[in-house]
Amino acid sequence: MRYLPHTQEDRREMLAALGVDHVDALFEDVPANALNADIDLPDHQSEMQVERAMARLAAKNVDAGSVPFFCGAGAYRHHVPATVDYVIQRGEFLTAYTPYQPEISQGTLQYLFEFQTQVATLLGTEVANASMWDGSTATAEAVLMARRITRRKKAVMAGGLHGHYADVVGTVTRFTDDAVTYLEPEPADPDAETQAIIDQIDDETSCVVVQSPNMFGHLLDLKRIAEAAHAKKALLIAVVTEVVSLGAITPPGDQGADIVVAEGQSLGNGLNFGGPYLGLFGTRQKYVRQMPGRVAGEARDADGRRGFVLTLSTREQHIRREKATSNICTNSGLCALAFTTHLSLLGEVGLRKLAMLNHRKAVELRDLLAGVPGVEVLNETFFNEFTLRLRRDAAYIVEALVERDVLGGVPVSRLLTKRDDVDELLLVAVTETVTRDDMETLARELREALA
Amino acid sequence: MTMNRQGRPTGVPEAATGGDTAAGPATFTGHKALERDEGLIFEIGSPAVTGVDLEDPGDFETALGGFERTEPMGLTGLSEPHVVRHYTRLSQKNYGIDTGLFPLGSCTMKHNPRLNEKIARLPGFADIHPMQPERTVQGALEVIDTLADWLCKLTNMAAIAMSPKAGAHGELCGMMAIRAALEHRGEQRRTVLVPESAHGTNPATAVFCGFQVKTLASTEDGRVDVAALKAQLGPDVAAIMLTNPNTCGLFEKDIQEIAAAVHEAGGYFYCDGANFNALIGKVRPGDLGIDAMHFNLHKTCSTPHGGGGPGSGPTVLSEALAPFAPVPWVEKAVGGGLRLKATVRDGNTAFGRMTAFHGQMGMFTRALAYLMSHGRDGLRLVAEDAVLNANYVAAGLDKAMTRTYKARPMHEVLFDDRFLKGTGVDTLGFAKALIDEGFHPMTMYFPLVASGAMLIEPTETESRRSLDEFVFAMTKLAEAAKAGETERFDQAPRFAPLKRLDETAAARKPVLRYEPPAPYAQAAE
Repeated sequence: MRYLPHTQEDRREMLAALGVDHVDALFEDVPANALNADIDLPDHQSEMQVERAMARLAAKNVDAGSVPFFCGAGAYRHHVPATVDYVIQRGEFLTAYTPYQPEISQGTLQYLFEFQTQVATLLGTEVANASMWDGSTATAEAVLMARRITRRKKAVMAGGLHGHYADVVGTVTRFTDDAVTYLEPEPADPDAETQAIIDQIDDETSCVVVQSPNMFGHLLDLKRIAEAAHAKKALLIAVVTEVVSLGAITPPGDQGADIVVAEGQSLGNGLNFGGPYLGLFGTRQKYVRQMPGRVAGEARDADGRRGFVLTLSTREQHIRREKATSNICTNSGLCALAFTTHLSLLGEVGLRKLAMLNHRKAVELRDLLAGVPGVEVLNETFFNEFTLRLRRDAAYIVEALVERDVLGGVPVSRLLTKRDDVDELLLVAVTETVTRDDMETLARELREALA
Repeated sequence: MTMNRQGRPTGVPEAATGGDTAAGPATFTGHKALERDEGLIFEIGSPAVTGVDLEDPGDFETALGGFERTEPMGLTGLSEPHVVRHYTRLSQKNYGIDTGLFPLGSCTMKHNPRLNEKIARLPGFADIHPMQPERTVQGALEVIDTLADWLCKLTNMAAIAMSPKAGAHGELCGMMAIRAALEHRGEQRRTVLVPESAHGTNPATAVFCGFQVKTLASTEDGRVDVAALKAQLGPDVAAIMLTNPNTCGLFEKDIQEIAAAVHEAGGYFYCDGANFNALIGKVRPGDLGIDAMHFNLHKTCSTPHGGGGPGSGPTVLSEALAPFAPVPWVEKAVGGGLRLKATVRDGNTAFGRMTAFHGQMGMFTRALAYLMSHGRDGLRLVAEDAVLNANYVAAGLDKAMTRTYKARPMHEVLFDDRFLKGTGVDTLGFAKALIDEGFHPMTMYFPLVASGAMLIEPTETESRRSLDEFVFAMTKLAEAAKAGETERFDQAPRFAPLKRLDETAAARKPVLRYEPPAPYAQAAE
């Protein structure tokens, strides 16, 4: 077996050195009835065989790059520079452990410190952690953090929060005594959504969780919501599922959000069928000891030189055990490296340009699709994704578009699985990877599919 | 040595990072040949520079509703050549499995095959969207289904939840399934028994699910005290959480008796699968009586640790817990093919949804390539060689160091600091001196049951030669400690890119982001 260095001779000699004649003697504490069971699986295969079998499976999928592609809903297809993938494949990054030994982990720790600075800058928060598993789990952690800070139990989920994110919050709080309120989605009316959030805030409210751009693509007035929340000493948790939008719009932290969480996949990370991704998590300095997850901080070595360490670990499970702020251990280190490498390449000018390019293409597509009979565009505001109300069932139309070699978007019914009144809604996303030709193809095929 | 407040050398001539040494004068630049002093991107980059060529968006009527970002952000950019150089230099300050033996107990730092990386990057896996129509992702669903089948067969368990994002998330999955099953039975059990030697995630997870944690007693030989356990069992005990092999590296040989007792008392048995590398292909946890166990695909199945993730924590469930598995899962579609079951509707007992999409697909492809490469026969060898290597190291170190428990270790072996008694050297100093010898230190001060614990897990991908080198280094260090050569340890590491870092001071006044030096900030205002 190519990954195992021992020869049979090595094994024999090592066993002999241990004074046993068979390897099973090393498993002497295992009950005999549970040792060496016959397992119904195939035997080992060569590298070539495995590669062939896996390539066959890969070929059964329609990859996004091979067709006009318009799916978003919390996962976005951006162009990732080749440099990013090179950097994350350097073995010293790829095969390192969590940097518990800072003297031989400065590579990881420095990029995490740089990452935290970039993330805090983007989100408009004072501090950020070293990443979470993804945007949805980060959202759930933010709700728990708000409860620790406010000591209140009522959490309000905006109607425009990604349906799966709301489900994750509901699951994580299922066995706690948190009281989670879910507001009605307002696919065509962000003002109604905002008003409904504000109306829910009372003296019992721990936090409101608001996504902007929301699930339907609308931009919300977070400042107004923050003011209403703060008037009742509640926290605003802002959620961003498309982080590239922050190159174009005022960040939630600057609009008064107390905790900002985001899905960071868009920078540096491919679609990967939904994972691994990375959660971004930023907040105010005064809440830092209630923040979940790993954090890198500046330190000095014995010669007084600057270095970095994992810090504030007294919040964490390996020290605090049952009193920890979170059970999170492993985060998304390598995805964070991809993110920070991509953002270092873009820089401020690049990110702004990328964001405006995404927005311009979305405006272009909106104009094209608005002219398709049977299509109503529900958005006045959006970044790179908006909602269509179709004359027919959106899931059906998406299937019809597959027949025409177009991946035409995400039906809202896949995100709000418990509702029956969203069947005609289709989310359409556009990034810099979409060409004018792709857009015209979508408009044409949609027109025919709806006819 | 003059330094500014970032600790960066100022001025040219005496800018040396380490100062003059016995080996001669320090360098002018602060670099030491291949070892480069590297500034932060905010110090070496510029807001005006970008390393990406993008089409100009041009002028157009925006639809941002007045929320446009107007103020400068303060991000810096680097050209492509300098991005490559920056991260290459940083990487050279890191120790990875690619560098050398990484004996971090309970972390299973084994070789990460490059085939896995290649396969995960095939566009058919890397460039597919989680919400694409099911018929355009049949190959991806087949990967999930096939991997699920391998993991169920390797554990002899009824079902598996594939979506948990990491080990701790898998623990949460298992414990929530237990809580849901209890509620389904109409029971309000609140106590979870966890041994003192457990990973910190275990008690943290139990509390996350609304349980109260009670400590499970251990015997002097490092295993669960079965008699004491039986006395602790009762109508309020929801579950026990055990790692097997446990965190002392010992197999819980009474595990079947423990499982039977827990079940008889109406509780469930959660097994922390962090140490499954000792058993894979050789022992199926389902045969031991467990109800749930998470995998750490980044440990057992060789997906990269990546400096702290991404992990992946698929969680197997027994017949009793299977109905409560979270969405989504893959099932056979009517009329052929596979479908994704992603809806929680009334009457469904799934306890919910753990993450936005379907789990760590990029880790599934890697893990499946790993499992297929080994096959049934190779996986059994993995467990055997992992246990053989740990025993070989244990035997090699027994003369120089003090082993905490006499029992035969499995894939990892626990030593404590008794052999350092009176030497003036502690576990921390010993571990840091190991850095100077070219090795990553072992797990230190965990588990909590041993004084100054040193938990060593070599893994199966180390050759006999590399084990011998490690044993040699450890033995020499132990001899040096006993011979009173404390300077070897007090000053360690002496040859790493940095000397020992002051973590206490860092935590007292945390600096968690870069702030531009004051004059620069004023100029920007």
